[in-house]
Amino acid sequence: MLDVFVIGAGVTGCAVAMELSKFNLSVTVADRESDVCEGTSKANSAIVHSGYDAKPGSLKAKTNVEGNRLIKELSKKLDFPYINNGHLTVCRSDQDREILTQLLERGRENGVEGLEIIERDRLLEMEPNISDDIECALYAPTGGIVCPFNMTIAFAENAYQNGVEFKLNTEVLKIEKAEGGYTVTVKDRISGSVTEIKTKSIVNAAGVYADVFNNMVSEHKLTITRRKGEYMLLDRSAGSFVSHTIFQLPSKMGKGVLTTPTVHGNILMGPTATDIADKENIRTTSEGLRTVLERTNLSVKNVPTRAVITSFAGLRAHEEGGDFVIGEAEDAKGFFNAAGIESPGLTAAPSIAKMICGFVTEYLGATEKNNYISERKGVIDPWLLSDDERDELIKEHPEYGTIICRCEKVTEGQILDAIRRPLGARTLDGIKRRTRAGMGRCQAGFCSPKTMAILSRETGIPMEKISKHGIGSEFVVGENKNI
Amino acid sequence: MIKNLICIGCPLGCPLTAEMQDGKVLSVRGNTCPRGKKYAEKELTNPERTVTSSVKVVGGEMGAVSVRTAGDIPKSKITDCIKELSKITLTAPVHSGETVIRNVCGTGVSVIATKTVAKL
Amino acid sequence: MKIINRDLVIIGGGPAGLAAAVSAWDSGIKSLLVIERDSHLGGILNQCIHNGFGLHTFKEELTGPEYADRFIEMADERGIPYITDTIVTDVSDDKTVTAMNSKDGIFKISAKAVILAMGCRERPRGALNTPGFRGAGIYSAGTAQKLVNIDGYMPGKKVVILGSGDIGLIMARRMTLEGAEVKCVCEIMPYSGGLKRNIVQCLDDFGIPLKLSHTVVDIEGRDRVEAVTIAQVDEKLKPIPGTEERIECDTLLLSVGLLPENELTTEAGITMSRITGGAEVNESFETSVNGIFACGNVLHVHDLVDYVSQEARAAGKAAAEYIAKGEKSADRVPVYTQNGVRYTVPQSVDLTSDCDVTVRFRVSDNFRNKKVCVYIGDELVSSRRKNILAPGEMEQVKLKSDVLKAHSSAKSITVKLEDC
Repeated sequence: MLDVFVIGAGVTGCAVAMELSKFNLSVTVADRESDVCEGTSKANSAIVHSGYDAKPGSLKAKTNVEGNRLIKELSKKLDFPYINNGHLTVCRSDQDREILTQLLERGRENGVEGLEIIERDRLLEMEPNISDDIECALYAPTGGIVCPFNMTIAFAENAYQNGVEFKLNTEVLKIEKAEGGYTVTVKDRISGSVTEIKTKSIVNAAGVYADVFNNMVSEHKLTITRRKGEYMLLDRSAGSFVSHTIFQLPSKMGKGVLTTPTVHGNILMGPTATDIADKENIRTTSEGLRTVLERTNLSVKNVPTRAVITSFAGLRAHEEGGDFVIGEAEDAKGFFNAAGIESPGLTAAPSIAKMICGFVTEYLGATEKNNYISERKGVIDPWLLSDDERDELIKEHPEYGTIICRCEKVTEGQILDAIRRPLGARTLDGIKRRTRAGMGRCQAGFCSPKTMAILSRETGIPMEKISKHGIGSEFVVGENKNI
Repeated sequence: MIKNLICIGCPLGCPLTAEMQDGKVLSVRGNTCPRGKKYAEKELTNPERTVTSSVKVVGGEMGAVSVRTAGDIPKSKITDCIKELSKITLTAPVHSGETVIRNVCGTGVSVIATKTVAKL
Repeated sequence: MKIINRDLVIIGGGPAGLAAAVSAWDSGIKSLLVIERDSHLGGILNQCIHNGFGLHTFKEELTGPEYADRFIEMADERGIPYITDTIVTDVSDDKTVTAMNSKDGIFKISAKAVILAMGCRERPRGALNTPGFRGAGIYSAGTAQKLVNIDGYMPGKKVVILGSGDIGLIMARRMTLEGAEVKCVCEIMPYSGGLKRNIVQCLDDFGIPLKLSHTVVDIEGRDRVEAVTIAQVDEKLKPIPGTEERIECDTLLLSVGLLPENELTTEAGITMSRITGGAEVNESFETSVNGIFACGNVLHVHDLVDYVSQEARAAGKAAAEYIAKGEKSADRVPVYTQNGVRYTVPQSVDLTSDCDVTVRFRVSDNFRNKKVCVYIGDELVSSRRKNILAPGEMEQVKLKSDVLKAHSSAKSITVKLEDC
């Protein structure tokens, strides 16, 4: 019998798995998708919040502030991109600066360090493209940005190298209470086979589906609302447009959108917020994209819209109660929820994981391992090396001398690493999120046929089965004249 | 019988109206220049096309080699020509200019490779 | 790290790079190197397997690979040195080119002159902000062309194509011949930017509808495209509510424009044109940095490869002259555009030039019965009647050296359209 069965390989599930891998426990993470980081974790603002926004005393506030600190440490140990760029929440002249002061005080109460209100003069020095009617801003120097893909992948790889098993393409159909724990019925989406897994405990980190699984075992029903957020991404040529993450104060116009650099030098704008019924509705709308642009213009001016290279939508899992739901379901012993993980969930993930891990290990009476591997190296970025170092790397591994993705200058060496490493990529999106191949201004136009060929050659997956993000998203339908 | 078509001679794209009888073009109207008349007469009596496509290659640096008909073939034979090509698999190396099918579909025209595919 | 010296480095071994190399060689430059990122010379022509290339240059109709082969042969006959599978990562304003490949690692070439011939790339979906899902099955037409024509794989069975430029039209026929059903080609403009010949032979021959003033307003299918919704657009190109039509398909091909690929150019600090997306050049195809030249689609997107070759030959010759004689210290006058002329290449001209100057340009709309007029200073020096002018067709006017010299004190050249 398994000790822990984690449902969901998003940032929360992977962080939980990593924490659990420090203990002498058998842990399996299952996800319906073909890779980790396929749901909410891949389509969000990629922000490490400072923690002034959440209600004092809430789980959101506690885990946010702690998560902010943890990510900084983890980014070094686990080698994922994080930048402490600082956040600004701007206040227009027609808005009440009293709200800004309230935020400052709330932040201080939450334990956020270094908060201050700055006036337009200083703000202009920090952000020259700020709109003309912005009067002042709340500056949060501990705020940061992170690569959500590589952070999640880093957590997963670390868990994997410490013995956690990952079952991808695996859909959880049913959970039943059983002797000494639970019986989980799962379906392998590739082979179609259905099997039962017995486990002592379950961690529910299923994102927008967390209510479904909780409600299978508990009478304390959860209701998750899917809140869609649409974003637009600007090319790196516009990367210097802003350097801090710029938030807006809530106004008559709505909650406001943010404008932020990404750790890779793009500019991200969004999100909108629309409640939707369909758990899979990640389509962008013309209205949503228009709203993103309109609202962005409220905080910054002369947005270089010519540089838009893509737009996308993500779903946030909003729980009715308004706070994160972290802990054991009262009427289901050994069933632990990490549910309703909306913003600041990405930031909070490492802290949520520590809480959940505490509950689970106490429940199971688990002991700590003495051989936990605490470090992990990411895919090498040759462009962070000097010309001479890169030259050396190519002499040793010639694949680092062949460019596959022109826009992001991703080499064959990086793509091979992404495929061959533990929990390696098996889809083009998987390669993209590990290396950035296809994320640039041509949006995979040039590199996708090449990347497909490399993936097919390396894994033996036939070209017809090479997919964007798993089953059903294959790229080609057959050979010429034979479809 | 009246036939309408668009001249492909230049971007002007003159709408041509041709009067036909017994498969012959009696008159052409709507053309701005003599090319229009010539085009209508050819297109309405004996339309021809150069067909370009690809043929599967095994053992080569590429999976397909580009081919074309060495000259124009009747428009009505395009589909048959493609069907013939679908039956063929070449083995690398293939050289540009090499004949792939002789006298395709009885047109008297050969299909030739337009690219060299080296052996892998 | 290896550093080598060359008189001339040509970045790109497609039609522009090859023609420039041949011409520079024939003008006496033997110390040169062509750098190609792909494993074959020929550039994008290798995947353009349809015919229609070379009518001007070779007086016969060739396919893309055949046209490329002609120039590769010319380069081989001369023994012009080239390297493939090599990417240039930097061009500095002192004309040091940094390149990389798997065999030699990183190396630098110190050059007397550089010709930029990197070509262009396609506009992606993101640039259109087309709403909807982002599943598999959305390809740029060029990506689909590569899959079908080079790799031999079909990207889909039921296809909608957005954009009726020549690449979109050619791919409609290509996909049809390989067994797919092309449901329609949508064009947001009220006219197609493609050749009439392609509309007839790629669409009409196969009964594929061309829907003018239509665009894609939604894409369905989380994993793979399942359907798209198209709608008619108004004069401002905004979709008209109530005109939506849902079309079941598994593939959406985008043929929505080409952009010169100028990352290296921009990083070298070269002055760019906002209209062409390429460098600003003078009559010698020299950019704002002395000794760095540009030609072909990296300079401005062409519709005919023959013009690319012509332009590249001139650039190769000019680079050779620059290497032989050094910097030409001429005062140049700007070329202004008016009345429907969108841009010109070159953007400035030396009125004392010993060579005739070809000014290439594009118009901003469809025009009928206009005169293309060139003024040097205030004086009309050329006026040519055109029955039709279309944005998709590159136009050119030749200015004779003696005409230029006769106006050497003028301050500008103006190209504009006038009524007949």
